[in-house]
Amino acid sequence: MNFTRRSFVGNIAAGAGMLAAPSLVLGQDGPVRIGILAPFSGPMALWGAQFKQGIEVYVAQHGNKAGGRLVEFLYRDCSYNNPDLARNMAQELLVRERVDYLGGIVFSPDALAIAPMLSQARKPAIIFNASQSKIMAQSPYFAARTGLTLEQISKPAGEWAIKHGIRKIVLVMADFAPGYDAETAFRSSFEAAGGGQIVDVLRVPLQTNDFTPFVQRAANSGAEAIFAFMPAGPLAFNFVRAYHDNGLAKQGIRLLATTETDESTIDQLGDAAAGIYTSFFYSEAHDSDVNRAFVAKLKELYPKARANPAMVEAWDGVHLLYRMIDQAGTDGPAALEVVKGYSWESPRGPVSIGPENRHIVQNVYIRIAERDANGLMINNEIETFPAQPDHGWKRG
Amino acid sequence: MWFVSSILIDGFVYGMVLFIIAVGLSVTMGLMRVVNLAHGGFALIGGATAHWLAFRHGVDYWAAAALSILLTMMIAAAAEISLYRRIYAMEELQQVLATIGIAFIITATVNFLFGSTILAIPLPQSLQDPVDLGFRILPAHRLLVILVGLGVLGLLHLLVDRTRFGVSLRAAVDNRQAAAGIGIDTGRIFAITFVTGSGLAALGGILGAEMMPIEASYPLRYIVLVLIVTIVGGMGSVNGTFLAALGLGIIDTAARYMLSEYGTIIFYAAMMVIVLLRREGAGERAAA
Repeated sequence: MNFTRRSFVGNIAAGAGMLAAPSLVLGQDGPVRIGILAPFSGPMALWGAQFKQGIEVYVAQHGNKAGGRLVEFLYRDCSYNNPDLARNMAQELLVRERVDYLGGIVFSPDALAIAPMLSQARKPAIIFNASQSKIMAQSPYFAARTGLTLEQISKPAGEWAIKHGIRKIVLVMADFAPGYDAETAFRSSFEAAGGGQIVDVLRVPLQTNDFTPFVQRAANSGAEAIFAFMPAGPLAFNFVRAYHDNGLAKQGIRLLATTETDESTIDQLGDAAAGIYTSFFYSEAHDSDVNRAFVAKLKELYPKARANPAMVEAWDGVHLLYRMIDQAGTDGPAALEVVKGYSWESPRGPVSIGPENRHIVQNVYIRIAERDANGLMINNEIETFPAQPDHGWKRG
Repeated sequence: MWFVSSILIDGFVYGMVLFIIAVGLSVTMGLMRVVNLAHGGFALIGGATAHWLAFRHGVDYWAAAALSILLTMMIAAAAEISLYRRIYAMEELQQVLATIGIAFIITATVNFLFGSTILAIPLPQSLQDPVDLGFRILPAHRLLVILVGLGVLGLLHLLVDRTRFGVSLRAAVDNRQAAAGIGIDTGRIFAITFVTGSGLAALGGILGAEMMPIEASYPLRYIVLVLIVTIVGGMGSVNGTFLAALGLGIIDTAARYMLSEYGTIIFYAAMMVIVLLRREGAGERAAA
């Protein structure tokens, strides 16, 4: 949120300066260069700003050196819904700027667009977010992914719903690929347990402003609860507002969701979010020393920011990049091996990298949105599903 | 069936939100015949200012809304004097380019100042509680939108049809030179109309924020929707805009209750049918 264009331009200028004297940077002891691809402008610019904050917190905590070598980050703006631009930016970073590693990448189409280029350049990338399961199969140079897949967080949600006596549920899903992924995984655990019935599936077009029709249909479906997935932004925001404004909570219809109460919008939702259950991997209120240190450093650098999942994705991404540099320098193929199966403690809790699909294995928490002792809206973790892999991964 | 009444009620409410958001454009684009794609930009200025006052500084909702609309009108006045006077004289395609450029500048400015997060405008407690109408529970905020929408409709009617200003405006739009020739200060008339339209944009941005939340990309995200309502209604006809907003609101809501698998196809198909069926606009009056 406090991301300034000046620092971004500064980085580009620094990059251009390096280009003028390539012999200085290519020496064995020159800085290791990491290119970060993320949206820094347009409707999704919040992602870029939050990645940058997560990276800066990690560097402030652990220093700007890994394996004795200086680490440099080069930020490139990849706006939403433009895989061609992502490919061009990746090419510029790999060929012209001669970066040793890539990181960032918010959207799945961007990841798919750059996959062939990574394999060609033999440079590893850490995907911070792009969440479609199949991405990790597209290139062995996707060294790891520190975000989530919808299957990973939705399957525990189904288990939790059955366990807590919900027998009839209605699904309200954004009508695009991630919505279907979430539905499949939720169905697999909710119906497999026996006794649970999905009474209806409401598909919400992405161009929806008024959610009243969907919320009313859900209320009249006879379900005891709603499981919903909406992409972050106006859709998630409006859906939560509509759920609240139409009094569904008062009718006893519970809402189980995923990203809708992210710390970057929970203050703005305020009491409209209170009482909503979510199944997700990180809460600012997570109770651990690593998380307290992370949040404290973030507040020191950005007093107004609230720690959110995107920042932690970036923090863990840099943690892996530092490990690769420390163990393998700039030897791309060797670096791939040192993160497979590696485990560490993240601000989100204990995590590891699955050796086969290189996706992060992490706890999935069921949280309830409520005010803490100071009146701050938080996602309070009430139940933990430990060490969840990507439930959407298919062998071969 | 329960959803027939729901479609009519929710469609009417959604239509009123569409009307509140589109009516300002009906004034600047319809009455003044200037293609103003920056319309949503003025809504964003109003909404972002209201967010800044109410959310970040705890200013009362009503005061924040009033101050924001006032500020938007002042900015619009400055833009009218410095930019729009030149834009009126341009050809249509140039107007499109110039005003979309203004929309981009406003988006970038808001992005720089506030980031790309949603800029919520917290409602006062009195507007948050659902109101039981006997046959249906509605959020109090939606009732406010209906009242303000009807109020705006009535006031614009009086202004355009019953006042000397309205007569001068219609004269200035129909033939600017002749109007100037008989002593009408057409520059002043245009300036007042533009500032009024921008003030209505800010009003729509603030009141409509519950369904179309304020964020930096607002101007281009909703411009298509707003243009559809204005054009289906027949440019320059406030009545037409009103009828178009209600009709499209009800059609869109019906589609979402009964045929949501078809996404927004039904909405756009309805729009095409209406536009093809009539040339003069739903309000029948070609120009106000």
